[in-house]
Amino acid sequence: MRRIISVLLENEPGALSRVVGLFSQRNYNIETLTVAPTEDETLSRLTVTTTGSDRVIEQITKQLNKLVEVVKLVDLTEGPHIERELMLIKLKATGSQRAEIKRTVDIFRGQIVDVTSSVYTVQLAGASDKLDGFVQAIGTSGVLEVVRSGVSGIARGEKVLSL
Amino acid sequence: MELLSGADMLIRSLKDQGVEYIYGYPGGAALHIYDALFRQDEVKHILVRHEQAAVHMADGYARATGLPGTVLVTSGPGATNTITGIATAFMDSIPMVVLCGQVASTLIGEDAFQETDMMGVSRPVVKHNLSVRHPSEIPEIIRKAYYIASTGRPGPVVVDIPKDMTAPNERFEYAYPKKIKLRSYSPAIRGHAGQIKKAVDMMLAARRPIIYAGGGVILGKASGQLTELVRKLGYPVTNTLMGIGCYPASDKQHLGWLGMHGTYEANMAMHHSDLILAVGARFDDRVTNATEKFCPGARIIHIDIDPASISKTIDADVPIVGPVDAVLKEMLALVKDSKEKPDAEALASWWKQIDEWRAFHGMRYETSPDVIKPQEVIEMLHRLTNGDAFVTSDVGQHQMFAAQYYKFDKPNRWINSGGLGTMGFGLPAAMGIKLTHPDDEVLCITGEGSIQMNIQELSTCNQYELPVKIINLNNQSLGMVRQWQDMNYESRHSHSYMESLPDFIKLAEAYGHVGVRIDKKEDLEPKLKEVLAMKDKLVFVDIQVDRFEHVYPMQVARGCMKDMWLSKTERV
Repeated sequence: MRRIISVLLENEPGALSRVVGLFSQRNYNIETLTVAPTEDETLSRLTVTTTGSDRVIEQITKQLNKLVEVVKLVDLTEGPHIERELMLIKLKATGSQRAEIKRTVDIFRGQIVDVTSSVYTVQLAGASDKLDGFVQAIGTSGVLEVVRSGVSGIARGEKVLSL
Repeated sequence: MELLSGADMLIRSLKDQGVEYIYGYPGGAALHIYDALFRQDEVKHILVRHEQAAVHMADGYARATGLPGTVLVTSGPGATNTITGIATAFMDSIPMVVLCGQVASTLIGEDAFQETDMMGVSRPVVKHNLSVRHPSEIPEIIRKAYYIASTGRPGPVVVDIPKDMTAPNERFEYAYPKKIKLRSYSPAIRGHAGQIKKAVDMMLAARRPIIYAGGGVILGKASGQLTELVRKLGYPVTNTLMGIGCYPASDKQHLGWLGMHGTYEANMAMHHSDLILAVGARFDDRVTNATEKFCPGARIIHIDIDPASISKTIDADVPIVGPVDAVLKEMLALVKDSKEKPDAEALASWWKQIDEWRAFHGMRYETSPDVIKPQEVIEMLHRLTNGDAFVTSDVGQHQMFAAQYYKFDKPNRWINSGGLGTMGFGLPAAMGIKLTHPDDEVLCITGEGSIQMNIQELSTCNQYELPVKIINLNNQSLGMVRQWQDMNYESRHSHSYMESLPDFIKLAEAYGHVGVRIDKKEDLEPKLKEVLAMKDKLVFVDIQVDRFEHVYPMQVARGCMKDMWLSKTERV
């Protein structure tokens, strides 16, 4: 099952490599990984999406917790949560395609953020399956380049992951 | 406040940390540190002949004393040579700090002479590693390194020290931190009271209980609590290879150790039990055999300081995260206060069954009128040293024979590389022990394959006068490899024989030691007595043992706990 694990990590050199190393060392799977400093610059927030049986997921959270630089972590998929991913996608846009792409972008509530005579660059944020849906709707033949940020997530409601 | 250079701060921090011995080898990036060592005499340095041996020495010291060992090496090859030793300590959770020189911070990343990314190379085999980025950080980093290495589930910590951090011309205020607090690291200090209560209720209601103790009992200094609890309950106890000595082997409640080469009765009792109390053990593959067939009728209580060890390979019904000494103490108090008592009738019939298993096999082996059996060498050593020696081993058949036939009644006396299985561990580990236990008998039980993996340390033994006794069970082949080839590869002995063995007697003598060869059975006892009487000499005892002996019992691969070979022809 797909899980979103959110980690509060000491913002120190080498901390990220420990997290990534742990996944490859123990044969766990990383689907996406995002990391950036938080409002407290001594801490980074890392979100990793992974898949595995319940036993594997339990081991992943325990092994991550054992890393000295991991301060706290939460499996967001255990409760209500919001997940977002950002996509920048460059599309071939000439002739009648231009209006068609514009319509699809509006339906998906994206924005065209750069325009040339033959190319649109579109920005789209949402859950990963919405981004997949957009690419499918556009059709792969028109796609020139895709950049996805990987998933960031946060719990709904009062629950916070902080010191 | 005093002003000290980085190198002087490092050595002073070690002294203030209580470090008595450092094991190491100098080189370019560590020279400022070696100069600081030279200018003081409180922290003593032992010069090895290969960095791997320095780590095993520190490891042997740590296993025998329970205190963290300390290693000092230079960058590049000095650092990479420590990796096998660090991995050995990591697998067996041994507290240790490895100080590595590094090229100057201005050169890092430029492929400088003797540069290796030791932070990256060591990362998968350390509990943690730290890099010095400013000389003034040194005291705090050293304090942190020892704190992390020796608390929670212990393990090795590497400190990477670029050469410019220890430069003699820059001085900084020195103060050694008294306390250290890490917001991201807080090992459990006690177990969950509710879980402990639930566990005790289950234990008292069990009809076929068994206690399965591991190396965590020794690391957690909980042998006393374990022994008291086991005796109070009257239950059978077995332990892992790493747990040997945590409960007296000569006691009638002890079933010997379990797993691949464990006793028949321990493996049978585990398989047929209805309750397993696992204490500081990690259900490793050399214990469980096929996990899906593991102890089908047993509920499991698992105490461990490391939550990740619980339900990793075998699901626990009652997990208890905490230090084993504290948890066992609480359990004992509850058992004493409880109105419930173990069911005497059920327990009696359980013991009756266990005694039958014991009588059925009882660790027998066939003796021969003229060939020396490795098992009888170990039994004789046990007798001649009153079972009171520190015994280190390398890896292979001799290791299993030593663990099976030397009956340890005390913890911290059986010193072996259980998790990683590192050949070449035994001699340096024995040296680390002898250095701090000069009046105790220290035996290194080894084979002609393993001993050659760190034999250069005979030179170190000469320099520091370390009179360990090397017992080389020489069967002229890599015995355990050969055994597997006999059992699984129709006796095709691919590269498992030892051709061109050196004359170990001359070799020992060349290094300034005594060599004794034993190849006749009638010489075994008198010569071993002579060897043990040479208190101040390192003696290399080369014993020609049966070349065709196998280690039994041996669990049948992919079977359950109770599927075993008991000899070359008997399978149960």
